[in-house]
Amino acid sequence: MNAAADHPIHTGRFALALIYLTLLLFALFYLLPFGIMLVNSVKPLTEITGGNMLALPTVWTLQPWREAWSLAQIGVQPTGLKPYFWNSVKMVVPAVLLSTLLGALNGYVLTKWRFKYDTLVFGLMLFSCFIPFQIVLIPMARILGVTGLAGSTPGLVLVHLVYGLGFTTLYFRNYYQAFPTELVRAAQIDGAGFFGIFRRILLPSSGPIIVVSVIWQFTNIWNDFLFGASFADYDSFPMTVALNNLVQSSTGVKEYNVHFAGAILASLPTLLVYIVAGRYFVRGLIAGSVKG
Amino acid sequence: MSFLSVSGVSKSFGGGQVLRDINIDLEQGEFLVLVGPSGCGKSTLLNIIAGLESATAGDIAIEGRVVNDVHPSKRNIAMVFQSYALYPNMSVAGNITFGLEMHKIPKPERERRLKEIADLLQIAPLLNRKPRQLSGGQRQRVAMGRALVRQPSVFLFDEPLSNLDAKLRVDMRVEIKKLYQKLGATMIYVTHDQVEALTLSTRIAVMNHGVIEQIGAPQDIYDAPANLFVATFIGSPAMNLIDATVVDAGGKLCAETTDAGGACLRLALASADKLRGHLGRRILLGVRPEALTDSRSTMAAGARIETVNNRVSLVEMTGADIFVTTSFGGRDCVARMPADRAPRPGDSVAFALNMDKAVVFDADTSERIA
Ligand SMILES: Nc1ncnc2c1ncn2[C@@H]1O[C@H](COP(=O)(O)OP(=O)(O)OP(=O)(O)O)[C@@H](O)[C@H]1O
Ligand SMILES: [Mg+2]
Repeated sequence: MNAAADHPIHTGRFALALIYLTLLLFALFYLLPFGIMLVNSVKPLTEITGGNMLALPTVWTLQPWREAWSLAQIGVQPTGLKPYFWNSVKMVVPAVLLSTLLGALNGYVLTKWRFKYDTLVFGLMLFSCFIPFQIVLIPMARILGVTGLAGSTPGLVLVHLVYGLGFTTLYFRNYYQAFPTELVRAAQIDGAGFFGIFRRILLPSSGPIIVVSVIWQFTNIWNDFLFGASFADYDSFPMTVALNNLVQSSTGVKEYNVHFAGAILASLPTLLVYIVAGRYFVRGLIAGSVKG
Repeated sequence: MSFLSVSGVSKSFGGGQVLRDINIDLEQGEFLVLVGPSGCGKSTLLNIIAGLESATAGDIAIEGRVVNDVHPSKRNIAMVFQSYALYPNMSVAGNITFGLEMHKIPKPERERRLKEIADLLQIAPLLNRKPRQLSGGQRQRVAMGRALVRQPSVFLFDEPLSNLDAKLRVDMRVEIKKLYQKLGATMIYVTHDQVEALTLSTRIAVMNHGVIEQIGAPQDIYDAPANLFVATFIGSPAMNLIDATVVDAGGKLCAETTDAGGACLRLALASADKLRGHLGRRILLGVRPEALTDSRSTMAAGARIETVNNRVSLVEMTGADIFVTTSFGGRDCVARMPADRAPRPGDSVAFALNMDKAVVFDADTSERIA
């Protein structure tokens, strides 16, 4: 018995080649911009302004990367993107962890500790997923002002936490919906309390959905520009805003190679998260839809 | 004071009433089986006893203490679930000792009890496996182990064997019975399977639509069902019900009905005095298949036997016995006969009907009247 015979659909050699060719073209199409950025980020500026963007560098240099990371003039000081990168990290890590943890707790309560009007509460949380960014700007600014968190990293963490909670709650609620209630009951009889059940029984089985939540939140928060630009100060700007400032700075010549290097630097963390956890992402998204 | 008492328990969910005025008193060491059709409230009752669900009205008392507001883990009960509910992320050992850990029992003691249980249930080689690496029967054992290790005063089982195949189910049933005899524990056991109910229990409670139709020893439930529901629910094949009318035939009370050919047939009723008042009324005569047999089979000496020639319509072989279908009062009736005397469909056979074993139901109220 050959492998092809096991397949429910038979694909001819020619059709298969065609499929792979198409896929390859699409992959190239999507990779091209990234390739061009990468190539031009290791060229001296003169090669870009004077010549072909598509050509490989004649002189290879890492200077643009060094510039973008630690030398470029962004704020008042020539600091490069480095401090803003750390700003982003200091914002993303707590925001992702907190929103995931609270989303998990919400999902746990909404499915296993049902209370009166719980579906209404869930409905409202779900609704929050559909509120556009722009609408929350002004109320949020007010709240940050009142709480004294405006212009600080904790303020940004709060904003992202509030905005992301609807999504993470949705993920975990749907995941825990399929989680057998008998397990929770067994644990209750065994004497585990509210948090004991959560920590010892539910969380250890939540791997796939935690990955989904972390990836989703990480990409959204890391890539966010609007909240960062609206609610942060010079000393708390996240990477995206700093990158924009770098590219938009009106003084002197446009250093495209530095801009490219900066853009890649800004996108590296999300890329990394996808590469490390991407396959769990798909698995987590379909988990729960199929029982078992 | 009984060991476990359920008094006046009712339960409503948003929609409607699921349990109505349930009363049960159990002595220590009793094995109560709850049976009843799907959705009749068996699991709900068990959950209320466990404390996983709260009753709308009524009290639960264990060992003389009302436990309505006591947390499930403090009621000194253990429960085995239909799905076994083993914690998927923990090893077998972890599953069994989780409850002890939660109750802050020191590690050496936990280890000792784990070993004891593992030996008792013969699962020692499985202790480091995860639940998904176990077969159905092994999971069942682990679930039992988790209940046993707690040394509770009451065990609650919610259809613990229904996920096993037929063969394994019989094996596990025997094991549960042995375990029960060894421990002498008090048990409440929910099942759909009436063989389980009859073989395991010291008492059976038959439930329907949220009420207990009858509670009693298995033999009583089988021989003297309180009403038509219990009569038809317990026993396989089900009790035959013969449409008849009470008539007075020369001073003797008889049930008048028809045979397969439609001819009038009079069967002398055993407990005549109870039925005087029903003269002329419609009744249903309940006859278990084993009380309707071949006339050449020997029956208890002195029993009141009615012998009737009747036509056979269907013959089913089951191994030791055969089930022969005939007709009385216009309804199919099943007789149980020794396999070596199998008649053929269409034959006329002399049936012997043991009237001492027949019970009588009022056709209007469905209650047993004799
Ligand atoms: N949480 C709930 N909310 C509303 N109705 C419920 C709830 N739990 C059970 N019911 C209803 O209560 C009734 C009894 O349910 P229960 O699970 O006790 O039945 P059961 O006798 O155990 O049935 P089965 O033999 O199928 O397990 C059913 O009609 C069910 O729909
Ligand atoms: Mg049930």
